[in-house]
Amino acid sequence: MIAFSVNGRHVDLDVDPSTPLLWVIRDHLLLTGTKYGCGMAQCGACTVHIDGEAVRSCVAPVSRAAGKAVTTIEGLSPDLSHPLQRAWLEEDVPQCGYCQSGQLMSAAVLLREKPQPTDEDIDQAMTGNICRCGTYPRIRRAIHRAAGMVAKAGAQ
Amino acid sequence: MSTRPVNAGPVGAERVRTGMARREFLKFSVAASGGLLVGFYFPGTGGQASAQESASSFMPNAFVRIGMDEQVTVIVNHSEMGQGVFTSLPMLLAEELDADWSKVTFEPAPVDPKYNHPAFGMQVTGGSSSVWSGLEQFRQAGAAARAMLVATAAQRWNTDPTSCRTELGAVFDRSNRKLTYGQLVADAAKLPPPEHVQLKDPKNFKLIGKPIKRLDTSVKLNGKAVFGLDVALPGMLTAVVARPPIFGAKVKSFDDSRARSMPGVRKIAQVPSGVAVIADTFWQAKVARDALRIDWDEGAMRTFSTSQMMQQFRERARSPGVSVRKEGDAPTALVGVTKKIEAVYEVPYLSHLMMEPLNCVVDLRQDSCEVWTGSQFQTIDRANAAKTAGLPNEKVQLHTTFLGGGFGRRATPQSDFVVEAVYVAKAIGPPAKVKVVWTREDDMQGGWYRPAFLHAIEGGVDASGKPVSWTSRSVGQSIMTGTPFEAMMQGKPYDPASVEGMDDLPYAIPNLAIESHQIDVNVPVQWLRSVGHSHTAFAVECFMDELAGLARKDPYQFRRDLLLKQPRYLGVLDLAAQKSGWGKPLPKGMGRGMAVHFAFGSYLAHVAEVSVTDGKVKVHRMVCAVDCGQCVNPGIITAQIEGAAIFGASAALFQELTFENGRLQQTNFNTFPVMRMNECPVIETYIVESNEKSGGIGEPGVPCAAPAIANALFAVTGKRVRRLPIRLTEAV
Repeated sequence: MIAFSVNGRHVDLDVDPSTPLLWVIRDHLLLTGTKYGCGMAQCGACTVHIDGEAVRSCVAPVSRAAGKAVTTIEGLSPDLSHPLQRAWLEEDVPQCGYCQSGQLMSAAVLLREKPQPTDEDIDQAMTGNICRCGTYPRIRRAIHRAAGMVAKAGAQ
Repeated sequence: MSTRPVNAGPVGAERVRTGMARREFLKFSVAASGGLLVGFYFPGTGGQASAQESASSFMPNAFVRIGMDEQVTVIVNHSEMGQGVFTSLPMLLAEELDADWSKVTFEPAPVDPKYNHPAFGMQVTGGSSSVWSGLEQFRQAGAAARAMLVATAAQRWNTDPTSCRTELGAVFDRSNRKLTYGQLVADAAKLPPPEHVQLKDPKNFKLIGKPIKRLDTSVKLNGKAVFGLDVALPGMLTAVVARPPIFGAKVKSFDDSRARSMPGVRKIAQVPSGVAVIADTFWQAKVARDALRIDWDEGAMRTFSTSQMMQQFRERARSPGVSVRKEGDAPTALVGVTKKIEAVYEVPYLSHLMMEPLNCVVDLRQDSCEVWTGSQFQTIDRANAAKTAGLPNEKVQLHTTFLGGGFGRRATPQSDFVVEAVYVAKAIGPPAKVKVVWTREDDMQGGWYRPAFLHAIEGGVDASGKPVSWTSRSVGQSIMTGTPFEAMMQGKPYDPASVEGMDDLPYAIPNLAIESHQIDVNVPVQWLRSVGHSHTAFAVECFMDELAGLARKDPYQFRRDLLLKQPRYLGVLDLAAQKSGWGKPLPKGMGRGMAVHFAFGSYLAHVAEVSVTDGKVKVHRMVCAVDCGQCVNPGIITAQIEGAAIFGASAALFQELTFENGRLQQTNFNTFPVMRMNECPVIETYIVESNEKSGGIGEPGVPCAAPAIANALFAVTGKRVRRLPIRLTEAV
């Protein structure tokens, strides 16, 4: 049995510990917001947080999550209130939308660590996330916009 | 199954005018809801998303349902694969309905002839045609619904309908009495649809032409959007298939002794496309699939290599091909011309590489079947599923999910990924509920690529620098021959998709010989975003720069002089030149290049700014000008142009599929890269204001990217790029 929490919910699972966390999240926990894109940490569509750290869940065995707190896109906010989700809405970022869960989860860690990221910070944090539709310019703008929201909220 | 495209026409208008009998509407809506009642099982919530007409809603035609709760649901007959049809098409209907946009939502259409593409005669999303083909259809549907609501209100007030006006989902009379649509739907449903409706004067548009935000964004930010891969049915199994490593190879024998005993594995079965491993979960199926030992009969393609194939293309280009377009006498015109040049442009096979790999869910029962997948080809996919299941078409329902990218791959005449899933279901049952998942490697190696092409062009300029002769030979595989779409070749001895964008060369060159060589290769190929334009524009626009160089003219002025009778080409060319600051100095080590092209009813021009550092190309900025006629949603247009520029730049800079010994050498994003955030240029999009007929927008932004970048590299390095992907070491 492997025990960890997902979006604040405790789970106990009888699963092969070498199974990638991605497939446990999707097939066992039925949280399908986390996407499969490459299976080799090339595209970032599967990005989740383990204890707040961005992890490519397609190559992370579920055993790595044991005793830890996993956050998926479904847990980013209960109501689209995260500054990044609000900024993504304002910039109309997604096209097909398939990669966006991973983009948001990568950006969330960036924004927490660097509340006012530069373009270089964005390049560094987001280059592991591929978007085949080409929404990068909007993602960049949305991250800056979210940073602005955070700064404004902090100043109040 | 109707695969023969019919001529385009104002079918939407026709449809509403002839009117569907009310009974037919009701029958239809029951049939539709019967399918949608099963709906998607939303994992994690246990909820059913169902959509059906009920006593509390009004469905005046196949495209809209209005509820007593004021909710307006627009039923969209095109697939949402990122291009924004779940917003732009509802906008058209909501405009004429005078709906309250905050109450408008979308729903994918079931498979039904009522949802056929008005120009193509079947349900399909492709050819950058959703908006222009839906323009009349959706506006008429909205106007018809509005007329019925107005008539109902007028009856209630005992007044003349022409004295009523509509706004934000309500009808008002002259004294400003108000009835909301929700208050009218019960009675409106009793009226016959109108025979004829008046469409709005465009100057009264409230939605059309505005950058309205997309309706499908929220569900794409919280994990709730259901893509094909996310469909989960209770009791469903997952299958992964071992497919041939070489096109045309067949299973000789296989040893599944290890795989069979692995945890979760329920069944291993040979299917026409390979060997299917069926298990409780994806990972179990995948691990067991990789443990299969298969002896393949490798077949004739076992020695195939793309380098040899390109050699064959080069040889073929030396002899005249089938004539596509001939004006004047190109060879004679070249005699005595001192400034002439020959160039051979080559492009590789490309994978569509949608972010969501192929997948398909099948629920096969004794006498019926349901399919869930991200389809661009509903009519054909359902017919092929029915044929495979041995069921009549009407016993098979196909539910279109969100598509995690399409780019043409999910519009395969053979419905390979759907048919295979039905075969897998047949290997289990009926009854059987199964999801077939393709790994990224499976998807990339699964074929149906953009074909490799070679364009050999010869031309010359006279003493004044005017081009006098152009001979081009395009060599490559046809995507139409041998498919149900062969009819689109209209009996021509060449595939129009091989030469589109070359055959309509817009430049004033008096002597033209445009020729085509078709080569048959057993690599499955088909349309990829912008189809033939994805390679012809590279050759044409790079050669134009070569001719400009020969004429010692500025590439912009050179093009301008030859496009004086082409105002829409000129419009985008001038706009891109002006916005990019063409001619103004750039920092040392940087250069500009341009390209202009017409495709799918729209005109595009790009100016790219690039630099080279340590042999590495960096694209800094791309200025894109687009004239797509009348705009429905400039926000979505801008997004498509940005994305298409990146799509085209990815192919130009990084992408190539190669074969050795019949085996594809690329497997995943590490060997077939896509442009990433740190490589992405600043992209500026400028839209020409136009009252011309709306053109396409999903594809036309792709073709100019490669030639603009290649031409900019010449400005930096003085060397010509003639092969994609760009390798500076190969430039000449």
